[in-house]
Amino acid sequence: MSFINYSSREINCKVVYYGPGLCGKTANLQYIFKRMNPEARGKMISLATETERTLFFDFLPVSLGEIRGFKTRFHLYTVPGQVFYDASRRLILRGVDGVVFCADSQLTRMDANVESLENLHVNLREQGYDPDKLPLTLQYNKRDLPNIASVSELHALLNNRNVPEFEAAAITGAGVFETLKSIIRLILVDLKKGGK
Amino acid sequence: MAQGHFILREKEYEAFHALLKRLLAESCAKVIFLIDKNGSMLASAGETDEFDSTSIASLAAGNIAATGGLANLIGEKEFSILFHEGEKDNMHISVIANRLILVVVFDKRSSVGLVRLRVRKANDEMVRILAQADAAGSEANLEGDSLEELTEADIESLFK
Repeated sequence: MSFINYSSREINCKVVYYGPGLCGKTANLQYIFKRMNPEARGKMISLATETERTLFFDFLPVSLGEIRGFKTRFHLYTVPGQVFYDASRRLILRGVDGVVFCADSQLTRMDANVESLENLHVNLREQGYDPDKLPLTLQYNKRDLPNIASVSELHALLNNRNVPEFEAAAITGAGVFETLKSIIRLILVDLKKGGK
Repeated sequence: MAQGHFILREKEYEAFHALLKRLLAESCAKVIFLIDKNGSMLASAGETDEFDSTSIASLAAGNIAATGGLANLIGEKEFSILFHEGEKDNMHISVIANRLILVVVFDKRSSVGLVRLRVRKANDEMVRILAQADAAGSEANLEGDSLEELTEADIESLFK
């Protein structure tokens, strides 16, 4: 649920990066943090374990300039990907405006991708969302590694809704901003519709 | 609550701000933040420059979400008040109308008892302003809204 403040002329939206453990959700935010103009982004917060696995969430606020006199701010969150952190994942989805589903392209992680996408659907429904309508972008991450599935295989497995999909290597930054722009565009189009 | 926007108009923003300023004085606090449960800052009062408000809003919302999850696990609806005690500064966090989070940061010039009393007294007025904001927001939606007129070109302009 976006928050529109007419007093400060601001639109705030929440984007959640979802996906299986070690698929590169935090790496996406780290790259955005590193490459964005410091004036356009805030501090990145990572609530992680000692081994740098996400424990609760990562958070990065970014500003994208003005439309129609409104400053646009996007709050980017990641969820902990490991299966047993489901309670935390559910909480982070609360109030979400759009989801980036970050899939791990490695052949050995296909089951984990499917399980995580199904888990996203269950958790969205639980928060009162229709998983078939919420703005969604798919990212096929780790394209730089060997033994990966083809894009058409990933598409057939994960992209039933035929939403925008991007190949990425979050560690090097390939595809990271394309993915972000895509979900922001979808959220704003949805916001426009939601105003009616 | 999953769909639609939370719209805060100037009038209700000013009402929240005035209330926070009064609460700040009455509770002898350092700074007060009013946040929605999704982590967006609505209004603040006091020595806000000292703090990273955006991060505080996000973490307070995460804190309330996690505590709410814990409450459910033991059969409680929610824990409506949290108190964090530091060496110098303390934080009193309370949930307003199950929608908003009020964060009061105070030091030894005040006390948890005083903050708790003043927050409880301000609660009803906050609920009233929130109801006004909801009514004004839905009216704005019915009347038409500048965001409705967003064009593809407006959206594309963000990425140039």
